[in-house]
Amino acid sequence: MLMFTLKRLGLAILVTFTVSLLSFSLLFMSGDPASAIAGENASATDIEAIRALYGFDRPFLVQYADWLFGALSGDFGQSYYFRVPVAQLIGERLSTTMLLGVCGISFALVTAIPLGVAAAMRPNSLIDRTALFLSVMGQAMPSFWFGLVLIVVFSIQLGWLPPSGSSTWKHFIMPTVVLGYYAMPAIMRLTRAGMLEVLNADYIRTARAKGASETRVMFKHALRNAVVPVVSLAAVQMGFMLGGSIVVESIFALHGAGYLAWESIARNDLPTVQALILIFSLFYIVFTFLSDLVNAWLDPRIRVG
Amino acid sequence: MSEPVLKVDNLTIDIPMAQGTLHAVRGIDFELKRGETLCIVGESGSGKSLTSLAIMGLLSKKMRCNAARLDFSGIDLRKQSPRAMRALRGDRMAMIFQEPMTSLNPAYTIGDQLMEALQLHRPVGRAEARARAIELLGKVGITAAESRLSQYPHQLSGGLRQRVMIAMALMCEPELIIADEPTTALDVTIQAQILRLLADLQREMNMAMILVTHDLGVVARIADKVVVMYAGEVVEKGSAREIFENPRHPYTRGLLRCIPVPGKTKPGEHLGSIPGIVPSLIGKVEGCAFRSRCDVAEAACASDVPVRRTGEDHMYRCIHEVQAGAPS
Ligand SMILES: Nc1ncnc2c1ncn2[C@@H]1O[C@H](COP(=O)(O)OP(=O)(O)O)[C@@H](O)[C@H]1O
Ligand code: SF4
Ligand SMILES: [Mg+2]
Repeated sequence: MLMFTLKRLGLAILVTFTVSLLSFSLLFMSGDPASAIAGENASATDIEAIRALYGFDRPFLVQYADWLFGALSGDFGQSYYFRVPVAQLIGERLSTTMLLGVCGISFALVTAIPLGVAAAMRPNSLIDRTALFLSVMGQAMPSFWFGLVLIVVFSIQLGWLPPSGSSTWKHFIMPTVVLGYYAMPAIMRLTRAGMLEVLNADYIRTARAKGASETRVMFKHALRNAVVPVVSLAAVQMGFMLGGSIVVESIFALHGAGYLAWESIARNDLPTVQALILIFSLFYIVFTFLSDLVNAWLDPRIRVG
Repeated sequence: MSEPVLKVDNLTIDIPMAQGTLHAVRGIDFELKRGETLCIVGESGSGKSLTSLAIMGLLSKKMRCNAARLDFSGIDLRKQSPRAMRALRGDRMAMIFQEPMTSLNPAYTIGDQLMEALQLHRPVGRAEARARAIELLGKVGITAAESRLSQYPHQLSGGLRQRVMIAMALMCEPELIIADEPTTALDVTIQAQILRLLADLQREMNMAMILVTHDLGVVARIADKVVVMYAGEVVEKGSAREIFENPRHPYTRGLLRCIPVPGKTKPGEHLGSIPGIVPSLIGKVEGCAFRSRCDVAEAACASDVPVRRTGEDHMYRCIHEVQAGAPS
């Protein structure tokens, strides 16, 4: 297990470096950063002055090293637009996005796994069809449209939930549902398929031959094996959800990192965009790493060589 | 004589299929007493596994199982609720399967799975269950039993896994053990060891055992009774001595091309193969199902075939009273 963990950790660090290099290069991919900052009507001398001020005239690798060391110590430079340190800007917003992400994936798992298990226990039954319907709906409906429907029904017509903002837990209910529903179909269908496959396994028959109850067969013997690929999928979905949270945060005016990313892209605020890409990627890398560990714990064939 | 542990009378199993009903098991009967070993032989597809699963109550829901009698130690299995069947399974009757590589759950240790078998049926703590697991692993000839408990199935060879399966089946000291081709998937050298182990444990624990096997040498050595199945029917059954010394049915004779004698045939000698294929059992099956492959078939074989008895406990289904031709 230790070797396994170290190997995965090494891999994660390697990927992090690659990603950091890519997100830094972004600065130069979208044209000359100095003229971008200076604005459309700036003179050539202004642009040169900005180039020197920001150090864009130095060699690429020197700039990268400078940026990376800054990033490692939590310094991502100044936001071009807000004129405050990027780290401070993101720090204020990130907790909202993280909370939303955790709520969203929890909602997805808590609905998708039981539904997938129930559907697999009785294929083609009413519950299986309902689950299929819900998952097709989840895939067909764009998040922004679903979000607007919820606002119309629960905020405007029923008045139960606040339509926007992030001050109380009530503000998070609809965003959680929208974001979670986005990840639910894939998880549900993988759980169902995994359970159907596992239920045909010989060891399930062995469990029944021992006199285990159906509940025990389902949850102790089958789900434990069926859930292994679901964990990996959930990690990937969690990554997608960070992207999805850009949409969800804008609909519900939750001022999180996703919303910030949208604003920063629109305003060409490159240091903020760079930092957000790096942080979102880091999240993704950490989820994948954690899901590898959880999988190893669930499946001894990975853990014990 | 003691009360039989198992009494099966006119057991039929039908499987609804797209093309019609598959009559997989067509009215078989046998009985078995404590301490006896009954061997079921017959080529694959003849219904041996389904018969075993029917006794355990493990047939899938879509299959229809009927019997005039299905008694286990005086309990009518036909009338038991699923809960009551669960209480019997793994406790008083246990089963060992053909596929040791996949019959253990890959996610749990050997120890967990062994202990579960006891704790499902007895109110014992972990320590006691653990001690019993170690004891049983020792009984099935696994060395360093204690350290095996924390291992996972994928760390063991096929032979060891089958020993673990045997240990698991015996955790609660069942009265009846059903072993469905327990060695077919194993190396030839391991096969003999596992079968000898099963036979020894059966005697030691005085269980009734049903052994489904292809190994006629083993049948000759350990069977008290033999049931020969063909296309879902018992074509011949009797005491092992009768079947080996005095086989009546042409199919049995084909299997015993050189008739082994109890004690003389070496383990590992396999059933002779008979050319031809088994007819489809979908829809109504009439006459002797063996007739397309039988050397001595006649027109009468296409209609009802009489059940004949010779001696006390020897029965066969054939139109011929005494088998034509000398035993080959
Ligand atoms: N789950 C199933 N669905 C459909 N047919 C089956 C199923 N299991 C067994 N059968 C059929 O029933 C017959 C008897 O099978 P089985 O009892 O496994 O034979 P054996 O163990 O003697 O090889 C075979 O024709 C087989 O194809
Ligand atoms: S009944 Fe006819 S076909 Fe069947 S075994 Fe006897 S002789 Fe052969
Ligand atoms: Mg079989």
